[in-house]
Amino acid sequence: MATRGKEKIITVLFWLSALVITAILAGIIGYIVVKGISAINWEFISQPPSRAGKEGGISTTIIGTIYLTLVALLIAVPLGVGAALYLEEYGRKNTMFGYVLKLTAETLAGIPSIVYGLFGFVFFVIFLNMGWSILSGGLTLAIMILPTITRTSQEAVIAVPQEYRSNSFALGATKWYTIKRLILPAAAPGIITGIILSAGRAVGESAAVLLTAGSSLGMPLNITDPARTMAVHLYILAIEGISMERAFGTALLIIVLILIINYLANWSVRKVVRQ
Amino acid sequence: MKTKLECKEVKVFYKDFQALHGIDMDIFENRVTALIGPSGCGKSTFLRTINRLNELIEGTRTEGEIYLDEKNIYSNEIDVVALRKKVGMVFQKPSVFPMSIYENIAYGPKIHGIKNKGKLDSIVEKSLVAANLWQEVKDRIHKPAAGLSGGQQQRLVIARVLAVEPEVILMDEPASALDPISTSKLEELIGELKKQYTIVIVTHNMQQAARVSDFTGFFLNGFLIEYSKTNDLFVNPHDKKTEDYITGRFG
Amino acid sequence: MKKNKLSEGLVEILLRISAGASVLAIIIITVFIFYKGIPLIAKVGIIDFLFNLKWVPTNGSFGIGAMVIGSLAVTFCSLVWSVPLGIMTAILMAEIAPPKLADVLARFVELLAGIPSVVYGFFGLIVIVPFIRNHLGGVGLSVLAGAIVLGIMILPTIINISRDAILAIPKEYKENSLALGATHYQSIFRVILPAASSGIITAIVLGLGRAIGETMAVLMVTGNAAVLPDSLLAPVRTMTSNIVLEMGYAAGDHQAALFATGTVLFIFIVILNLAVSISMKAGTENGN
Repeated sequence: MATRGKEKIITVLFWLSALVITAILAGIIGYIVVKGISAINWEFISQPPSRAGKEGGISTTIIGTIYLTLVALLIAVPLGVGAALYLEEYGRKNTMFGYVLKLTAETLAGIPSIVYGLFGFVFFVIFLNMGWSILSGGLTLAIMILPTITRTSQEAVIAVPQEYRSNSFALGATKWYTIKRLILPAAAPGIITGIILSAGRAVGESAAVLLTAGSSLGMPLNITDPARTMAVHLYILAIEGISMERAFGTALLIIVLILIINYLANWSVRKVVRQ
Repeated sequence: MKTKLECKEVKVFYKDFQALHGIDMDIFENRVTALIGPSGCGKSTFLRTINRLNELIEGTRTEGEIYLDEKNIYSNEIDVVALRKKVGMVFQKPSVFPMSIYENIAYGPKIHGIKNKGKLDSIVEKSLVAANLWQEVKDRIHKPAAGLSGGQQQRLVIARVLAVEPEVILMDEPASALDPISTSKLEELIGELKKQYTIVIVTHNMQQAARVSDFTGFFLNGFLIEYSKTNDLFVNPHDKKTEDYITGRFG
Repeated sequence: MKKNKLSEGLVEILLRISAGASVLAIIIITVFIFYKGIPLIAKVGIIDFLFNLKWVPTNGSFGIGAMVIGSLAVTFCSLVWSVPLGIMTAILMAEIAPPKLADVLARFVELLAGIPSVVYGFFGLIVIVPFIRNHLGGVGLSVLAGAIVLGIMILPTIINISRDAILAIPKEYKENSLALGATHYQSIFRVILPAASSGIITAIVLGLGRAIGETMAVLMVTGNAAVLPDSLLAPVRTMTSNIVLEMGYAAGDHQAALFATGTVLFIFIVILNLAVSISMKAGTENGN
């Protein structure tokens, strides 16, 4: 019966590990909420920073974050969805090309963001002469999130019942018509989940963005303007000790944004499941 | 002929659904008892009450009593682990663990505390011999068990059960995934094993039940319709439903 | 009809181009990173570049040895605690906790994965670094702080992949093991975990890859001194931090040396990932 005693101890250890995970999460989020809430008011959100962020709000960095994320999605979504359709609907998954593509996606997914940053810097910023800009940053981010969008779109497309296709073809519809009218609408919730998750990654990214979009505090109007995102702003405020109060506020806003994105993603996953 | 298992008013519920309705059945030592019936009739569920494996499925409730050597296995003092050591089970699909043939067989004895290498070696050999597999695998006993054929895997699983030295062996459609040759080898093995063990076998194959068993119980919709000597049941069924089933009129 | 066929063909070409985009991307990434980094490695010599401990770029002394060891030290220390914790949590979620609770835990893990690295870095800087400084000594900015922050960040990778690996094990293994009289835990430790081991190793390797490549969070809490750390409480600089810290003002060979650091990272990560995906492919072909 010694085993039983040992097993009780192991059970306790297992539950302790879950408790530690929960405590870490609650600790981080709780701490930032408590410390950041006082910094947040309408002025913080609506006013541009002044004196390098020591005063004023963070409006330009919010705009920069949204702008950059949208540009990245605008580039990556058609490419990712297109790649998924090509692989799954045009039967290219089990070809050599399909295998290379899968390996490519896995490799892209594993490359550290700093390497993307270096690449974006040397290729978009310097070689293509785009400078530190929303465009350079958006293109770099687009490559980073491409694997996620491709993979989630593939899963969504696979989940569409095979009968849709056979019935549609039997009615004389062409492939593209079938995709457009049946497959894409049916796969949409899954694809949207992937897009939301990618948006989360783009919002939180800092190293690659710092090297490609710069850290200018001005309001980005053109796609060729440099921009500072909230994540980069938080980094600079904290590491240079400019304003801890504003750093907490920025961190809190980022967390809120991520929580919203997470909630949306889960909500759309549930929609997929219900289908 | 000694009664090994005495089942009294055994009922099983899955949430609101009653899968078994008061089964009374005596199972005899050193005999093969076959359970037949159409799928969903409760025969596998009944089999799994004997080693309390139904408890793995959430929302399952068992009522009634089953006496193994006159001890109720559903009483609170019973240790489920010790019970399962005494009552071995062979499943429908042979599931060999992803390890060597040797490690598969030694798994049970090791769990039950045997560490001596020489002792383990002899258990492994003895079990494989008893399962009619030794001659075929003795040269590759440390190779992955996944490399064996389906029929060999099923006999390996039986050897793994024998290594724990059970008294009762439950078999849940053990031949359903096997080809005819492997099936006849398995049936032959069952005939030998009953000299030492009490065997309860669920099968949907009536010819198989007729070939291997001494007693047969016919289940339908969670009821035990008829239970008697195999020969009597097949030749001279008392219940109309049994007759319909064994003559192939339904199911 | 003809027009229809034409547009169908056009669509297929467009889709093929989008599928090719990622291949094109990886080719351009490789070419440009190598093109900027390799010449300097060749000039300095691969051995000298990787193992020389002297990094004085203004003096033309480009050895990233201290940073290589720094990266490895922080990564190793983070794995030491996050791997056991992560695997235990994965086992709990897959085998022990009631499904509803496991789902709640999965949501927590998802949230951990979603928090951006700069937020982790900020939290580390504000909470963990002062804690170390006040209770353990040193300046706080240290290997230990990096290991704690990094460990938290790779927990989701380890938990999710290990959990999937455990859930993928056929439930028959457990049934058979229990039917042989094993307890639930014996079944977990002797059958399920060995069967899931390749998946769990994948989880650890991918966690390692993520840790080595992580930048901002580490940068914010490790102090970034480009010398060999002599204790857990000493500051340390990783390869990734080195790039971000100096990219802003580096030029000429100095900049090339930063790209060369990126090249080393890139090659290391690509090899790690290829090894994982090839071994997983071999695994599925063996019928496991």
